[in-house]
Amino acid sequence: MNTYIHSVSLDPSKCTGCTTCMKHCPTEAIRVRNGCAEIDPERCIDCGECIRNCDNSAKKSVCNTFDEIKKFKYKIALPAPALFAQFDNLDNIDYVLQGLLDIGFDDVFEVSKAAEIVSAYTRIYLQTEGIKKPVISTACPVITRLIGLRFPFLKDNLMPLLPPMEVAASMAREMTLRAHPELKSEDIGICFISPCPAKASYAKNGFGSYKSEVDLVVSMSEVYFLLINVMNRDKPITLNTQAGRIGLSWAICGGEGSALLNDKILAADGINNVISVLDQIEDGNIPPIDFVELNACPGGCVGGVLTIENPYIAKNRLHTLRRYMPISLNSMPENEHFIPEKRFFTDYPKYQPLNRLSDNIGESMRLMAQIQQVRKSLPGIDCGSCGAPTCRAFAEDIVLGHADRNDCIIAYKDLFKKYLENRSGGDDSEGQ
Amino acid sequence: MSDTLTFHFDVDGENFTSAGQASVQVKKNLRQLGFDPETIRRVSIAMYEGEINMVIHAGGGTADVTVDDGCIEIVLSDTGPGIANIEQAMQEGFSTAPDNIRTLGFGAGMGLPNMKRYTDYMHIDSVVGEGTTITMKVNY
Repeated sequence: MNTYIHSVSLDPSKCTGCTTCMKHCPTEAIRVRNGCAEIDPERCIDCGECIRNCDNSAKKSVCNTFDEIKKFKYKIALPAPALFAQFDNLDNIDYVLQGLLDIGFDDVFEVSKAAEIVSAYTRIYLQTEGIKKPVISTACPVITRLIGLRFPFLKDNLMPLLPPMEVAASMAREMTLRAHPELKSEDIGICFISPCPAKASYAKNGFGSYKSEVDLVVSMSEVYFLLINVMNRDKPITLNTQAGRIGLSWAICGGEGSALLNDKILAADGINNVISVLDQIEDGNIPPIDFVELNACPGGCVGGVLTIENPYIAKNRLHTLRRYMPISLNSMPENEHFIPEKRFFTDYPKYQPLNRLSDNIGESMRLMAQIQQVRKSLPGIDCGSCGAPTCRAFAEDIVLGHADRNDCIIAYKDLFKKYLENRSGGDDSEGQ
Repeated sequence: MSDTLTFHFDVDGENFTSAGQASVQVKKNLRQLGFDPETIRRVSIAMYEGEINMVIHAGGGTADVTVDDGCIEIVLSDTGPGIANIEQAMQEGFSTAPDNIRTLGFGAGMGLPNMKRYTDYMHIDSVVGEGTTITMKVNY
């Protein structure tokens, strides 16, 4: 049933079974069984909270390695704008772009360039008659998956435009094929330098029937260490940044929204804040707004788990970097006022309800009644020792046959106490 | 095993940070039971509005949701001031919410009309000085 390929995985040899990741998982996708965490692939949204919170580095992101670019004849780097915020004392983005060439890429296409184009498209899209408002950004793949699993009613609010990573990949490929007619499409390797595992999942799974144009996703932290060895102020620079403030600002929460030059926007960051905003939108409990920007990571993409720098320091660096940059270097051509057809999604992923008990409502009701009953008999302290994040989740696991009641140490302690009482009672009567 | 399922919630009065939690929980439960998104949305909007009303006007109360064959029933009960003129209260835009509530963005006078709009049946039982019980039904 589950065909979604994830990019968050666990190294069992490092996992101590400590329950920290389980407690932080926003979709209750983790259970600790036999002293080791397990991720339920149907519930996981690749948000990376478990990677962020694991003290033992047991949770990992599954990305491509940098060496994999070698299998392509022509290698194009797609740096996410958050990359530029990772370096101390950087005063010019061009050093990073040059660095990418120096570590082995043949060309660089900045995702921030595509982001400025997507911002221009979005401004036009928001003026379309009859669209469902607020329009919800589809740039963060965690959000689109979360909506597919948990907020099906908001599906029609999703902006049907490709995110900057995909627009960048598609433009980079088109430009390269035009400039190098000797190359075939499969000779070109498009490598996204990612701040988060969710982008890697997106590249593998696509969106609905849309297949990603990104060939490889390499983690920002891997590329960072390669870059700091080659970046040098004394080297000549052969390419210049093709984006301005708007593109760069997509890396921080509020950047995508403020590019719309519209005050009817809302921007939220951090997965739990995002979930509560979505709940309120679903209940119709929001002021009239046109656009909602949602970022799963704290601070926006600069808070991704594959970044090096603290998100707030990174944000400050971006502010400094963009100070003398033009507002935007990319916009719609003068006489064009429509969005090209190929930049739209054609369909959405199917609604896959998160942890539905059964396909039959009657059966689900029977199970839920049992769960309620079991839940009442549990201590309710949500200690996590049983390996489930809450007593409620544990009750569910028991009823569905995934856990044993005696996994609850409080219940087990009571049982043991009773046993001892009975035994000592028996001894006493024997003694008298 | 009976074929009805009930969820009971105590809605804490005068606590805006927790207001709306019961409807979020009901939404989760209905989703888990496998209801279609439209039914879930109707129930959760109706319940959210009612829950907020109890917090604003009545200092809290109780919410009971019963899932029955073909119907979801929501009963909201409080021991607040009661509604003097139900017909007037049902009018869009009519509000008795105090200023401190309005500054929080509530009190637009759309609570009861929305509850009626999103449900198939709604009945208000109210005695001034004793309290209000609202029964709503959403058929599925």
